[in-house]
Amino acid sequence: MAVIDKEPEIKPYEPLIEGNPSYGDFDESIGRLILSHAAHSKAWLKWLGILFMGVNLLLLSVGVLLWQGIGVWGNNQPVGWGFDIINFVWWIGIGHAGTLISAVLLLVRQQWRNSINRFAEAMTIFAVMCAGMYPLLHTGRPWVAYWLFPYPNILAMWPNFRSPLVWDVFAVSTYMTISILFWFMGLIPDFATIRDKASSMPMKKIYGLLAMGWRGSAKHWHRYEAAYIILAGISAPLVLSVHSIVSLDFAVSIVPGWNNTLFPPYFVAGAVFAGFAMVLTFAIPVRKIYKLDHLITDLHLDWMAKIMLTTGLIVFFGYLLEVYYAFYSGSEWEMFMTSNRFSGPYMVLFWSLWLFNGIIPQLLWFPKVRRNTTMLMIISFGISIGMWLERFVIIPMSLHRDFLPSSWGMYYPTIWDFGMFAGTIFFFVFMMFLFIRFLPFINIFEVKDLWLKMKHQGHVPAVAGKGGEEN
Amino acid sequence: MENLLYGMTAEFKDPDALLVAAKKTREAGYMEIDCYTPFPVHGLDEAIGFKEAKVQWAILLAGIAGGLGGAALEVYVSAIDQPLNIGGRPMISWPSFFPVMYECTILLAGCTALFVMLALNGLPRPNHPIFNAVNFDRATQDRFFLCIEKKDPAFNEKDTKKFMDSLGADNVSAVYADEETY
Repeated sequence: MAVIDKEPEIKPYEPLIEGNPSYGDFDESIGRLILSHAAHSKAWLKWLGILFMGVNLLLLSVGVLLWQGIGVWGNNQPVGWGFDIINFVWWIGIGHAGTLISAVLLLVRQQWRNSINRFAEAMTIFAVMCAGMYPLLHTGRPWVAYWLFPYPNILAMWPNFRSPLVWDVFAVSTYMTISILFWFMGLIPDFATIRDKASSMPMKKIYGLLAMGWRGSAKHWHRYEAAYIILAGISAPLVLSVHSIVSLDFAVSIVPGWNNTLFPPYFVAGAVFAGFAMVLTFAIPVRKIYKLDHLITDLHLDWMAKIMLTTGLIVFFGYLLEVYYAFYSGSEWEMFMTSNRFSGPYMVLFWSLWLFNGIIPQLLWFPKVRRNTTMLMIISFGISIGMWLERFVIIPMSLHRDFLPSSWGMYYPTIWDFGMFAGTIFFFVFMMFLFIRFLPFINIFEVKDLWLKMKHQGHVPAVAGKGGEEN
Repeated sequence: MENLLYGMTAEFKDPDALLVAAKKTREAGYMEIDCYTPFPVHGLDEAIGFKEAKVQWAILLAGIAGGLGGAALEVYVSAIDQPLNIGGRPMISWPSFFPVMYECTILLAGCTALFVMLALNGLPRPNHPIFNAVNFDRATQDRFFLCIEKKDPAFNEKDTKKFMDSLGADNVSAVYADEETY
């Protein structure tokens, strides 16, 4: 361990849980956020009120949309897909980090996931809710959205299973269902802990109902763990399939800039990139406000930043390949589309995309930057903007000038486009606020399990790739 | 009171001590034992002699059923009930059918994982005699319980108590069921 003393900067073996807490301390530090309102500052309620007004903005935008029809949006000919699809893809991408952290890191036994997975899974669910609103509302008549599902009906109509849009329905609804099941399953033992810790009867009853009588029997844990690991095992390919299928909505068509086999891996990497950026954007302020530095350590931030850097490089490589493909294809339309990106009417957005997603994240090569929460916040924020711009570059920019110059046009979002977009962001943050108040924010039982493993290794802290092998 | 006896519990502070105690109990010939812990303690299922793979098999079968079901739906819809010629693609265009088949596999397997796990565990079950054990509310927090159940053929209130006292537990106590939950 002498190596550690020499390099305090990098500290490869610093513990994932700091200090020497007892099992009860974990219950205390996480449970108190639920059981005692005093654990939350007055600002919590104030912010909740502000966010609630934001949620009303969403309701208003949706209300106007339903009353007037989707003409209130900026969608037009030739740009039939605007904010609705941009935001759908953006939100669903953000959601992917949750599943990735939960499922993929569980499968590869990366124990540092334990402090952040619950939180990331919650993000997934709320982000998929936001995402789901867009295509539903874009149908124009969301009250008949059930037509999307195959069921014997009086119209004698079936969906066309050869269409990527139908694949999307299956992918997104499966993803939503599995994410909720996975999240709920992880919560059951923690609900039981809260039930037993609670002193007031209503709390005991509510969390008791949710825990469904969980009593921590070794036989139950045996089945629980078997089911949980398999659920993780099937969620991991699920998350890859969902964003691949979303990308096929574009790639299967012949629109220049879309018809590209690069799309599935490039979209998946982009989703992970955006998702980790969003996890960091939330985790940094939350751990500061609720003093959870001993559970979400600098090491966690450092590793998340490394994943961001890696996926960011994949995404940037994708941007370069897109340019290369366009010219290699020899297709006049593809080449024009690319030069239109470089110097067309939306060129500012295109170059900002390269700046936010390609250039600024390179700062993450420096260990000092990865541990500087302010810098991380700024970079993550930039990435969220960048990923949104990416979808703008792909969707309206390809559509507004496609084949016939006579049918070229411009796309300008309206106030209701912005209203609904801002509304979904408010809704997302609002849900996160409620989540922090009413549900265990960190997976209590897994943190205890991790702590025992760390102890077994003679206080040699569990580190990635090592902790799992010892058991 | 006597016939409401559910079993005898021993409470431990440390999961490793519980693991040792569970092994000893099993070696002493008790079969109907269970442990209650706030988190899954590795090796405990083996120590109490519990091994089962029903959940895994259920998930596998559900996944296969989901995949085949999805494929059957697509073939029925696209080739039998409503054959549409779209872009000259074959009626059974399996590459296009794959994504939906795949999602159906995962959907059915995933739902099975949670619901079969709960069903086999007999949950939801709002009450259970073990909840009457002394200090049991800490079984989901920081204490580790071992229980020898009365239905065990080797169970004998006096001898079992004596045996459990020798395990080094913090406290050993008898658990009685409520009349309505017995």
